[in-house]
Amino acid sequence: MPEIKLAENTVQLIKDVCAEFENKESELINVLHKVQGKFGYLPAEVQEVIAKELKMGVAKVYGVVTFYSFFTMIPQGEFPISICMGTACYVRGAEQVLAEFKRQLKVEVGESTDDGKFSINCLRCVGACGLAPVVTVGEKVFGRVAPNQVKKIIAEYRDEINNEEAKTA
Amino acid sequence: MAHHLGIRKIHYPGEMSTYREDTSPAIIREIDKCIMCRRCEMMCNEVQTVGVLSAINRGFSTVVSPAFEMNLDHSACTYCGQCVAVCPTGALTEVDDTGKVIRALADPTKTVIVQTAPAVRAALGEEFDMEVGTLVTGKLVAALRRLGFDHIFDTDFAADLTIMEEGTELLSRLGKHLAGDKDVKLPILTSCCPAWVKFFEHNFPEMKDIPSTARSPQQMFGSIAKTYFAEKMGVKREDLVVVSIMPCVAKKYECGRDEFKVDGNPDVDHVITTRELAALIKLSSIDFNSLPNEEFDNPMGESSGAGVIFGTTGGVIEAAVRTAYEIHTKKELPRLDFDELRGMEGIREATIDFDGLPIKIGIAHGLGNARKLLEDIQAGKSEFHAIEIMSCPGGCIGGGGQPYHHGDASILKKRQMAIYEEDRNKAIRKSHENPYIIKLYEEFLGKPMSEKAHHLLHTEYFDRTE
Repeated sequence: MPEIKLAENTVQLIKDVCAEFENKESELINVLHKVQGKFGYLPAEVQEVIAKELKMGVAKVYGVVTFYSFFTMIPQGEFPISICMGTACYVRGAEQVLAEFKRQLKVEVGESTDDGKFSINCLRCVGACGLAPVVTVGEKVFGRVAPNQVKKIIAEYRDEINNEEAKTA
Repeated sequence: MAHHLGIRKIHYPGEMSTYREDTSPAIIREIDKCIMCRRCEMMCNEVQTVGVLSAINRGFSTVVSPAFEMNLDHSACTYCGQCVAVCPTGALTEVDDTGKVIRALADPTKTVIVQTAPAVRAALGEEFDMEVGTLVTGKLVAALRRLGFDHIFDTDFAADLTIMEEGTELLSRLGKHLAGDKDVKLPILTSCCPAWVKFFEHNFPEMKDIPSTARSPQQMFGSIAKTYFAEKMGVKREDLVVVSIMPCVAKKYECGRDEFKVDGNPDVDHVITTRELAALIKLSSIDFNSLPNEEFDNPMGESSGAGVIFGTTGGVIEAAVRTAYEIHTKKELPRLDFDELRGMEGIREATIDFDGLPIKIGIAHGLGNARKLLEDIQAGKSEFHAIEIMSCPGGCIGGGGQPYHHGDASILKKRQMAIYEEDRNKAIRKSHENPYIIKLYEEFLGKPMSEKAHHLLHTEYFDRTE
């Protein structure tokens, strides 16, 4: 059972997404996809609302969430880093790139940094094999990434964060 | 099986998945035995629409589990036990309470009494290779006596009592409704089935004032046994042990509900299923097939045919009609068999003429069918005055604790025939004509829905959505 009560507007947001797909059980994956797009992850409370809206068991929803590696119940960082582990990227050294990201950020795959800024995930082929190995941060794509560039990519976002904070301060 | 095929050693050991055991008040999940056939999942989601069980995770680590890998007792599980009924490997089973019963029987300081539900007598024989649909009422009583129970009673007695209370409640609500009272909730829904009660508490909490407040026959029996009967016998409440033989897994959960306890002492102490009783009889080396036919003890062993038909879908409402008709019209019923209420269709409806007053009756068995009727009520589309709901397909004869029928509907039909046969063979077929029920009201309860009856025989329901 959910321990955290969702804010009313959050619940409304989920309901709107469900309504967009006509509250159809068959649209579950699309609904989950869109809701995860909005929150970054799918906590238990969110799944309960979706199950209720689509008139299906929560267990089924949870079953789908745990089946597809794309869905996650763990909060993602503000800048989700994804390293492609598709065949092309893999043979061109994606594993070393991943190892470097893990070393720099001190987190494992599927985890977020303590400040909640970065999280690391693996994905399978973004369809840019010509740029292998590929790393995406949020919507942005980095191609031909070598392990020695990892530090620079992270620094780029750290700068962005610092600038943002300077502005608000 | 291994012996049959001559397997003494497993030559090809492979990796095995292991998973924690999950024990709830009624059902145990031992996932290590699961072969992922997913019949339970189909039953839980498509037939019962409870939606508690689903395959989760992926590949080798796939298991059938409630959402978020919670234990069953934290989920919306109704304990209807239909998952248990379809599980081919025993990964899902009822909690075995036979040990508790044996211990109680062995304790010389306890008076142990037993009640048997109507559906048990129509199915127990199957466990002893008798033909499906054989009534074994007499042998059942004989076996229980040999097991050492002090008094052998019948849940049907309490079923008659349920009809007195529920029937009176129906007439009272109906009377107010006809007089134009808008606050009176109709239809009235039966409340004998504990899985159904838990189902609406989880799924339709806003309608928890619609079902009858009458307790189930099992709980009425326990309540009367530990007050009226204990007093009569001069036995202290804590020295009286009430055991139920039920076709049902949810009854194990029901007897543990807090509202059915007095100072922590439950009205019904232990519940074992038809299957567990069969195992207990075999364990005790009783040759069931050659037992003589014996009679129930009095006062709580006498019942009418109306009490017997509680065991099948349509039976409770037929029993209620027999009594409510005569109380309302003050005339004798021209017939006792209401064929329009009988059958096996998932949702049935019929109109019974109460001497000029048409009473619309709905019947649903299987929680998926119940959900449909409830959604109609929610939408204000329901025109029924009374609805009977049973969680298990077929009613109690198809209960989760009955001998495995492996989805064979012809077995359910034969059990149903057996129940109607027992009804026809009864001298008394209307609950309000049961002499021991009349005596119980005279000596102890006053009249139906009296303050005392309300205290002992009625209950309340809770919102379980949080």
